[in-house]
Amino acid sequence: MRLEWPMSSLDPYETEPGLSRRAVECVVAALLGILAVAVLWDSYERGAGWSNGPQSGFFPARMAWILLAAAVVVFVQGLRAESRVVVTWAQLKQVFSVLLPLTVYVFAIGYLGIYVASAFFLAGFMIAFGSFRWWAILAASVLIPLVTFWVFEMQFEVPLPKGPLEAMLGF
Amino acid sequence: MENFGYLLDGFQVALTLHNVLFMLLGVLLGIVVGVLPGLGGPNGVAILLPLTFSMDPTSAIILLTSIYWGALFGGAITAVLFNIPGEPWSVATTFDGYPMAQQGRAGEALTAAFTASFVGAIAGVVLITFLAPLVAKFALRFGPAEFFAVFFLTFCSFIGMGKENKAKIIVSLALGFILAGVGIDTISGDMRMTFGVTELMSGIDFLVVVIGMFGISEILMTLEEGMSFKGKKAKIDLMVVLRTWAELPRYFVTFVRSCIAGIWLGISPGGAVAASFMGYGLAKRFSSRGERFGTGEMEGVVAPETAAHAAGTTALLPMLALGIPGSATAAVLLGGLMIWGLQPGPLLFVEQKEFVWGLIASMYLGNIVGLVVVLSTVPLFAAIMRIPFALIAPVILMMCAIGAYTVANASFDIWLMLVFGVVGYVFKKLDYPLAPMVLALVLGDRAEDAFRQALIGSAGDLSVFWDNGLVTSLMAISLALLLWGPIADGLSLLRTRRPAAAE
Repeated sequence: MRLEWPMSSLDPYETEPGLSRRAVECVVAALLGILAVAVLWDSYERGAGWSNGPQSGFFPARMAWILLAAAVVVFVQGLRAESRVVVTWAQLKQVFSVLLPLTVYVFAIGYLGIYVASAFFLAGFMIAFGSFRWWAILAASVLIPLVTFWVFEMQFEVPLPKGPLEAMLGF
Repeated sequence: MENFGYLLDGFQVALTLHNVLFMLLGVLLGIVVGVLPGLGGPNGVAILLPLTFSMDPTSAIILLTSIYWGALFGGAITAVLFNIPGEPWSVATTFDGYPMAQQGRAGEALTAAFTASFVGAIAGVVLITFLAPLVAKFALRFGPAEFFAVFFLTFCSFIGMGKENKAKIIVSLALGFILAGVGIDTISGDMRMTFGVTELMSGIDFLVVVIGMFGISEILMTLEEGMSFKGKKAKIDLMVVLRTWAELPRYFVTFVRSCIAGIWLGISPGGAVAASFMGYGLAKRFSSRGERFGTGEMEGVVAPETAAHAAGTTALLPMLALGIPGSATAAVLLGGLMIWGLQPGPLLFVEQKEFVWGLIASMYLGNIVGLVVVLSTVPLFAAIMRIPFALIAPVILMMCAIGAYTVANASFDIWLMLVFGVVGYVFKKLDYPLAPMVLALVLGDRAEDAFRQALIGSAGDLSVFWDNGLVTSLMAISLALLLWGPIADGLSLLRTRRPAAAE
């Protein structure tokens, strides 16, 4: 039985250019295969056999064999897959335009602490993707980290990563 | 009737002001989580779990299960008003819910959806009340071999019953097991699969994986489609509610059918998503109004919602009675039990009576609270969807980062979250199922321990897995479920081929 979903009446995956499903399927299957081989290597290195009971590599090695077999099947299926677009370039650009700032944000947490990094992240995101007035951006990027600070550090007493600014203020 | 007495005690635990407030808070948070794209049941519970580490376990689980109820309710709001399923299990709700909203009957659609959810959930809770203690009592006889067989059964039914590509389900399961094995091996003390990375010594926490795979990846999926939502308005007042309720008894048979479908798929790990589609499909096929489904039939809202909630609730039964979760959210809750120092499994019913029955009682109350709250606050939550996504998205991402960090106070976990966010995105695009991976990740250590203990006990003889009636039948059912797919395919092939040959 096929259920219609009225939202996707126009299928962008057939009309727009993008990454082909076949390529992505195969690359992902190959990566999974490499991972399985790495686990096998690691497990047999330590011993995946039997000495007074199963050794520590016994279970992971068997799982890795299963993973390797399944990855090979997926790879072969991927080769035979119809050449459809799995993600259009426009969509991929959207995804990366969030993924890259997110990576920078995670990087910044290590140096600035989570509150200051979040303030910049919020402001940057709102400027780049929204159409907010300047005071709304300022209010959100200052108030949200402040409220978070109050909830986590004061109420729940859960310490989050802090940076030079918090150190300067004595936290 | 001793269980009835325990249940009454449970109500006394759950009905303290303290716990009712937690229920209310949980339901409200859950609805927010359900309404917002990018935050879902498993992910929302995972982010909040670290905050409950120091709480009393009963209150903690009441808070977290209430989030679960709220998320189940909240998914329907966006499905009806915005044609966006806030949760995967509300996809089927959009089929008739959104057309109803377009016709200006959003209030009725929502009332029907919430009431149906409530009925489904209560059906599930009643089943848990009566069946869970029996299952747990039965499971007390289990040794390591039997437990491994039950784990095996769970994984086999995932593979056999799953609608996705079988090879991809197996990839997902095996990957989960491998990730669960990373770090120091508890039995031998060996370092496994750390590849020299010191941060990996303590292992990969499933909460971090859940936050990445369900949270970050969901945001990325949502962003593909751009950043704006346009929704219908809903007004719910007492008249609309009463009028809808007066209409609902007509769909009695649909309710019953969806409850049964949901309960069945909830116990076997088919999950709420499969249940909602099955409920909808069954109603479409058997209802006298089936042909008008998709054009705004109230029955088409009732059927999937009832089934989804019945499934979502009964998924907690195997988690409580056997320590084996039936859904991703149940897996996260199970992880919570272990963190609070409770050993999940049948012994829970013997050793932690107050906790178990408090939880079961809170399931009844949580759903009543949920229904009342959700009916009275729809406009508020619909307004959340009108906040621009350019503000919501970074806040959700920030919450995910905080959630990942607080699991173990480790910055490395934020990086892991990011990695699993990308993995989750790719897996979703390629239709790898995520739930088996989370399940394997949570159960991996325990399944492996059971396996190794059983083998150590039998001096390495694999026949321990079929040396008594109980374990043999469990293994036999597992294999039957594992092979069910190919057998069913073969049968239907035969059935379709025969009429074709007759022509």
